[in-house]
Amino acid sequence: MAENSVDGRAARADCVALVGCLVCAGFGAAWLFASDSAGLAFHGLLLLVASLAALGCVVEFSFDSVRRLPTGYMDGPIKVAAIAGLIWGIVGFVVGDVLAWQLAFPALNLDLPWTSFGRLRPLHTSAVIFAFGGNVLIATSLYVVQRTCRARLPGRWAPWFVVWGYQLFVLIAGTGYLLGITQSKEYAEPEWYADLWLTVVWVVYLAIFLGTLAKRKEPHIYVANWFYLAFIVTIAMLHLVNNAAVPVSLTSAKSYIVYAGVQDAMTQWWYGHNAVGFFLTAGFLGIMYYFIPKRVERPIYSYRLSIVHFWTLIFLYIWAGPHHLHYTALPDWAQTLGMTFSIMLWMPSWGGMINGLMTLSGAWDKLRTDPVVRFLVVSVAFYGMSTFEGPVMSIKAVNSLSHYTDWTIGHVHSGALGWVAMVSFGALYCLLPWLWGRRSLYSLRLAEWHFWTATLGILLYITAMWVSGITQGLMWRAYDRLGFLQYSFIETVEAMRPYYIIRAIGGLLFITGALIMAFNVWRTLRGDEPVDASERPLLASAPQLEIGATT
Amino acid sequence: MKHELFEKNSLILLIGILIVVSIGGLVQIAPLFWVDSTIEKVKGMRPYSPLEQAGRDIYVREGCYGCHSQMVRTLRDEVERYGHYSLAAESMYDHPFQWGSKRTGPDLARVGGKYSDQWHSEHLINPRAVVPESIMPGYPWLAESKLEVRDTGDKLRTLRRVGVPYSDDMLANAQQDLIAQVSPDSRIAADFLRRYPKAKVAKFDNKVGTPPSELDALVAYLQMLGTLVDFATFDASGPNLR
Repeated sequence: MAENSVDGRAARADCVALVGCLVCAGFGAAWLFASDSAGLAFHGLLLLVASLAALGCVVEFSFDSVRRLPTGYMDGPIKVAAIAGLIWGIVGFVVGDVLAWQLAFPALNLDLPWTSFGRLRPLHTSAVIFAFGGNVLIATSLYVVQRTCRARLPGRWAPWFVVWGYQLFVLIAGTGYLLGITQSKEYAEPEWYADLWLTVVWVVYLAIFLGTLAKRKEPHIYVANWFYLAFIVTIAMLHLVNNAAVPVSLTSAKSYIVYAGVQDAMTQWWYGHNAVGFFLTAGFLGIMYYFIPKRVERPIYSYRLSIVHFWTLIFLYIWAGPHHLHYTALPDWAQTLGMTFSIMLWMPSWGGMINGLMTLSGAWDKLRTDPVVRFLVVSVAFYGMSTFEGPVMSIKAVNSLSHYTDWTIGHVHSGALGWVAMVSFGALYCLLPWLWGRRSLYSLRLAEWHFWTATLGILLYITAMWVSGITQGLMWRAYDRLGFLQYSFIETVEAMRPYYIIRAIGGLLFITGALIMAFNVWRTLRGDEPVDASERPLLASAPQLEIGATT
Repeated sequence: MKHELFEKNSLILLIGILIVVSIGGLVQIAPLFWVDSTIEKVKGMRPYSPLEQAGRDIYVREGCYGCHSQMVRTLRDEVERYGHYSLAAESMYDHPFQWGSKRTGPDLARVGGKYSDQWHSEHLINPRAVVPESIMPGYPWLAESKLEVRDTGDKLRTLRRVGVPYSDDMLANAQQDLIAQVSPDSRIAADFLRRYPKAKVAKFDNKVGTPPSELDALVAYLQMLGTLVDFATFDASGPNLR
């Protein structure tokens, strides 16, 4: 009986998957043949090919006569997301460094549409935030929620759809920018059809996450899952509101956002700042709350602090957007609210940092012996630094200097490279050997090299941007003895050159570290014997799910 | 209240999160749509002409916001460098807004009329030809690309749907108005100017007799930026004080 019902559900799932593939293929074909826009036709082709490939997989496995009962955790989609995250990350870092060199040597724009700074810049930001960060978040969240709930992901195809559907979104968005398909709203550049596709993927992501929580065998929902859930839900809300747009026609890639001017600005930065707050912070705090305790084999420092951290962080963050709009045409009351809440945000941020760092109590020696722990801990330290810098920059007087300059770029990268990327590297170094059942990383010494090249790269990057940002901000407002502005704009551009070169070199170091990681990961997954086994710390992966515990 | 309630019920946790993260946005965004003083009452604002809007779409397509702001802040040095600080009213027809967040290049909110059409054309094709120290990318393909004009009416209609007050007359003549703006001294140009008073009519890329190029559209857009509001009649301390 039990087998029959499982079989029935599997058959239903197969039918839904088949119909879904056909519907998507239909849309793809329609855009391919009916659209005047070459870009949208190309994206129709991508959707068509992806749908047919998915259809092939579904058919292949549907007619599998030996229908095995799903047992244990579902790790296949997690493997895909983890590897995709690493690959997209390297792509995103390389594009970022190309941009850095373009600013120092403008001839590198090549006078071609698809290699010019304006089109590559959203490719860089989307690749690192959504493709690298997003895949790491999907991989870790689906791993953590299963282990901490002791339950398998629900659905036969849904988790695969989330992972591959997300890669398709990344591909459509990224190629779109190069073809000039963009809304030009920062971090929300994808056009209306890519947004709709992401919405579908995201809703399924939320459903399988909630479904796993609902099936859990642990009475309590673990802290990391609160953060992951807040990340998934809030990103859905932000995405839907900020991207409300009317397409010019159903066969046109172009759309117009429904908001205008000041309302659009406020909505955009409510979204933009909380892409930072919920995508790059809450989600990655979920990583911190699982991987640090697991790797150092210590419980979280304070459970009570986790509760306070969680609710205050998500309540306060959402107010901080207007600090991107100081002294603009946004009403003063909104600017002041934004500044006030940004300063208050310092408290939960540091509460979380303390909770993460103090989890090492009694295990500080691992900082010396385990480079993976060092990635995790240094990332939390960078988190603390950039969440201190952020509130300072949100103060109107400071912002009048820092805004529009490279200081902002430096701040973003101390968070994105120092916190997000470093915690991702640490989590992936833990996760990949666990997923592939390897005893350890191929080489901890290479992880050590990765750590130091990346850290040095970050330091070069952010110090160069502090100097260039503050220099330029001061030059813009400098007056000579007669009361005239002292510098023309172009003089302030010229002054940036040395810092742009230092920044680009820092970026090269960071990429070098990521390539070392890619090599290390490749050797690990291939099954090569770890070379520095004697120095290896104990492995702490969660135990496997018992067979039969899935229904 | 015991926190257990949230830790043991995924739906209650979900609802709790939704409530907590909704408050900030509701307080900060919603009032901007109904508090009257958010957007000043000014004279001179009109929707973009079809050519200007096409130029704006190119500005959006090329991601110019990555390096140029369109927002002069209320700071002494900015007002002296760029002109009167930007008003909310000046971007009331901007879908999307392009205030930007970075000034790798200068602010463009009031660039209109500061340079000649020829300067803009040469600068866009090769920035270092006119500003040797510039680090801006060149956009030579804009001069060669013929402007897509067939969807002009559809675009304006879509913009009307999201709130830009294009009249039926403007929609009906959208494509003609686009051509008119690059045809100085023509009969259709006179018609065009009735619908879009004070708009600049010129062959912006200096290639007389050729169909409108993407360069025409972008320069037309740049040349009108910040020129609409009549600051002679604007009283910041009057009913517009916020």
